[in-house]
Amino acid sequence: MLLAVLTGERARRFLITKRGGESFKNPDLRPLPRSDDPMTSAESLVVRKTITSEELEKELPHELKVAGIEKCIQCGTCTGSCPSGRRTAYRTRVVIRKALLGLREDLLKSQDLWLCTTCYTCYERCPRKISIVEAIIALRNMAAARGFMLSRHKEISKYLIDFGHLVPINDPNRKRRAELGLSEVPPTVHSYPEALGEVRKLLEITGFTKLVR
Amino acid sequence: MPELKYAFFLGCIMPNRYPGLEASIRRVFERLGIELVDIKGASCCPAPGVVRGFKFDTWLALGSRNLALAEEMGLDIVTGCNGCYGTLRDIWYEYRENKEVAEKIDRYLSQVGRSFKGKIKPKHVLEVLYFDVGLEKLKEFIKRPLKDVRVAVHYGCHLLKPSDKRPWKEAKESTERPKFFDELVEITGAKSIHWKDKFMCCGAGGGVRSGVLDVALDMTREKVENAQAAGADCIVNACSFCHLQFDTGQTEISKRLGKTYAMPIVYYTQLLGLAMGFSPRELGLHQNYVSVEPFLKKIGGE
Repeated sequence: MLLAVLTGERARRFLITKRGGESFKNPDLRPLPRSDDPMTSAESLVVRKTITSEELEKELPHELKVAGIEKCIQCGTCTGSCPSGRRTAYRTRVVIRKALLGLREDLLKSQDLWLCTTCYTCYERCPRKISIVEAIIALRNMAAARGFMLSRHKEISKYLIDFGHLVPINDPNRKRRAELGLSEVPPTVHSYPEALGEVRKLLEITGFTKLVR
Repeated sequence: MPELKYAFFLGCIMPNRYPGLEASIRRVFERLGIELVDIKGASCCPAPGVVRGFKFDTWLALGSRNLALAEEMGLDIVTGCNGCYGTLRDIWYEYRENKEVAEKIDRYLSQVGRSFKGKIKPKHVLEVLYFDVGLEKLKEFIKRPLKDVRVAVHYGCHLLKPSDKRPWKEAKESTERPKFFDELVEITGAKSIHWKDKFMCCGAGGGVRSGVLDVALDMTREKVENAQAAGADCIVNACSFCHLQFDTGQTEISKRLGKTYAMPIVYYTQLLGLAMGFSPRELGLHQNYVSVEPFLKKIGGE
């Protein structure tokens, strides 16, 4: 089985130009002549190398299987629906393809995973009913577990441990609350220290504290 | 109308950055005869893009704790933030449908002496107004119709999606072209206009605002420009994070691009509250960063 990929760091390493006029045993595998080169010779051919099944990661993680990414037909409806992809090089379809091909190491290191706003438009429109956002969340979990988190995300995570809120109260907003006739501090975990203790315990036993400290 | 009483879930941004939204919900609900009871010691929902993206089990544990607190009060839990709604609703749904998840929830909550049994339901503020109160009843409270106002309605994402875990299909709604929010806006007398990419994300969600701000702001810029081009007097939203992204976001975009973005941003219960006769100050509209004065002039306010 031969599988081809067109994008990504690792794929680029496979896309090599071969010189020296190698002959191909199977004529069907010979690349087409380049249209901009009327003097095509074996020396100028671009040879598109492929990833073999031996190079794939053998096991698809459980969460990705549950999300149904194996059903993907690379139609690109996700990419066409993505508000983030409209203005960046982020391509949802590529994320799914790479996840399937075992290029996950590539994927986990890249910023791409963090460009999804979880708007769920791709999820709604996917003709194969793949839970695309859930797949991205699972990949984010894998990335975070290996230490690939954006620095700002680590910072805000600490607020959750310190205050029980990702966005805690501050002085200007104490004043704004009072001005509106609301309690200066909201009746949340901010007002109940024992509740903060409970939240911290859950952060601890689920491994969050260790992850972001 | 039966007696309506809910546990009020605040989240983070609403009480700690835009308390005007909280005040507008409390005032409007009180006048409608709906009782809101504070959930003492509720935490961050936690956020469905970031916390769920970092550690799924943490999201599950903290979210189900918030649901458990409301269940102890014996009340359905209501939130005015799409992000909080996404978390609470998705966890509630998974608890009922997914045995593996339900077992995890039991395990984590038992360690802090709590439990969740799925007896209460998470609801969005709009869901309460649309289903539990109803448009006809709401119309009786309109004292000052907002005539000649052109509103760009922004639904936001997690209010609608994932649609298989949302209640709107009960009203035969479509995720691509729903109408309930437009109907809620139009009972105030305002006109809900047709505008480009009305259903697109504000840009804030999924940790994009906190992680890659420039990308988040460019989505916001596109939406604000689309609303301007359609001749909107304001963008009306139903999510504290969208509200922050549009309001605070416009000041950030203006600074970056060196030109002024000044689209007034109004939360739904602020719009409804104005039509019910509350003053802009009572609804906290003066606390926005982008002035809402041009919009208030249009409705003949101060």
